[in-house]
Amino acid sequence: MTAASAAHTVPATPRKYGSMSRDRRWALCLSYFFLVVFAIFFLTPPVYMFITSIKTSQEISAAVNPWWVYNPSLANYVELLSSPVFLTFFRNSAIVSVSVVVITMLISVPAAFALSRMKFWGSATLATGVFLTYLIPETLLFIPLFKMFATFRDWTGIELINRWWALLLLYPTLTVPFCTWIMIGYFASIPKELDEAALMDGANYRQILTRIFIPVALPGLIAATIFAFTVSWAQFLYPLAFTTSADQLVLPVGIVTTLIKGDVFNWGQIMTGALLGAAPPLIIYAFLMDYYIAGLTAGATKG
Amino acid sequence: MVDAALERPAAAGAVRKPSALRRRLQRKSTIAFLMTLPLILLIAALVIYPALYSLHLATLNKSMERFVGLSNFAFLFKRQTFWMVVKQSCIFAITAVIFKALIGFVVAHFVHNIPTKGQRKWRGMLLVPWVIPPAMSTLAWLWLFDPSYSAFNWLLAKFGVEAIPWTAEAGWARFSVILVNVWIGSPFFMIMYLAALKSVPEQLYEAAAIDGANWWQRIWYVTLPMMRNIIAITALFSLIVTFANFDIVRILTAGGPIDQTHVFATWAFWIGIQGGDIPLGAAVSLFMVPILSIAAIFILRDINRRGNEA
Repeated sequence: MTAASAAHTVPATPRKYGSMSRDRRWALCLSYFFLVVFAIFFLTPPVYMFITSIKTSQEISAAVNPWWVYNPSLANYVELLSSPVFLTFFRNSAIVSVSVVVITMLISVPAAFALSRMKFWGSATLATGVFLTYLIPETLLFIPLFKMFATFRDWTGIELINRWWALLLLYPTLTVPFCTWIMIGYFASIPKELDEAALMDGANYRQILTRIFIPVALPGLIAATIFAFTVSWAQFLYPLAFTTSADQLVLPVGIVTTLIKGDVFNWGQIMTGALLGAAPPLIIYAFLMDYYIAGLTAGATKG
Repeated sequence: MVDAALERPAAAGAVRKPSALRRRLQRKSTIAFLMTLPLILLIAALVIYPALYSLHLATLNKSMERFVGLSNFAFLFKRQTFWMVVKQSCIFAITAVIFKALIGFVVAHFVHNIPTKGQRKWRGMLLVPWVIPPAMSTLAWLWLFDPSYSAFNWLLAKFGVEAIPWTAEAGWARFSVILVNVWIGSPFFMIMYLAALKSVPEQLYEAAAIDGANWWQRIWYVTLPMMRNIIAITALFSLIVTFANFDIVRILTAGGPIDQTHVFATWAFWIGIQGGDIPLGAAVSLFMVPILSIAAIFILRDINRRGNEA
């Protein structure tokens, strides 16, 4: 960092290179030291989740070192994975998340294509509007939506509250604006010559979209898919407000509301459930990290 | 021109006498409009309409039968809890965003400093808090903060420090919710800043080094000006998300002790869904709008400006 000043004080000696590299090495060591500190800070909760999940209840309530496992056991995992209630949560979460991904893609990919390539009246305003929608948090909308669903039941007799499939209506409001937005960015970066060439060859818009845009913008599509999946999987407020009975709950809410029974906290099981709930996003992240990060940074930098 | 080339074969292949409707349906702008129609419907029905509807809801009485004007708001203004929530929401959001930005900036620098080979691994590891669903990781924190089995307090006891009432005492509870929020959010800042750092041309640093700038001057005169845009937009994004945060406060303290850690979202949930007073809950959540729209205006301005430059 003080290469220049080092050169100044000890001019024109071989020593200079030595001190520079020593400086560099020192800076590097410092960087690694702080990275280790921050990594400990960032990884402590998940690691502690894992530690607790392989403990027995006796060990959890014993007055021993909580950071160490003396008698590791998989009892918590066995118990949760064979509990029909927990498997229902898992199934609900999986169905909801996968369906939301499909719905999101069906809505946002054609819309992004139209907004990025086929200029029509109000298309620029609509693109900005989509982005604005992304900025409206769900915490602002859940109360009116709750009332709307209740009114809808009174009018049509179709019950939407306390039905897991009603979440399929709610989650797209969180995923579609962002996915449309980043797909607009990806589509806009495709050279115009490509679709003009296809038009010359007599391709129609559907063919341009499916044969050219989707394959070329596949990385963006994967990033958007990952985003939609992780957002739906992690969503907590909507299911907490809209679903109540145990067979309708999704995983995050199910763990929070059913595993905590009154004042009895079965921490071994809660941590196991939390870890299993965190597993799908973590696995996706582990395998598709670059797409995940691309989607993350695209939101703010593509615009 | 290109459109004409497209439509000719299509029209020739189609029915002999193309009806007006069919011709209209084949027009580019109509196709485009139909493609965006699901998006428009979704946004109109499930975002715009509820947003406006909550304005209407907030003016009704508890049983939602009678129009009461602004008396819900007047009622809120008279309640001490409301002002506490306002204060806590602002403290929570502003402190958390500042610390997220600082930690993100510092960590991004350290990751940027080490050899490129190892950066991927570190980046991957440091982003884990962002990947875990917040509800799940907050449960882990809740367990780490447990009044009788807190693993942190066990460590502190080893150093002779008294047990800390992480979620039981107002001051510490406020600290805890901010800590968890910072833990979840700073990796996002780290990723954004790292991407921005990579885009600063190396020549600028070389030029600064030749001019004798020390590391602090290089950050202040080169890095920060080059990253100003991304710093601002990330902070504004995060301000919106943090201000509207629900999961962390709800799971960690549920607003307690005695409503001291409630933010707008959790208090609105408490009143509107759990307390059954939907209009009052809607009124509470509407108070998020001013600060959110200010942040949104700044973000939009930035995006439009960059759009014009491109």
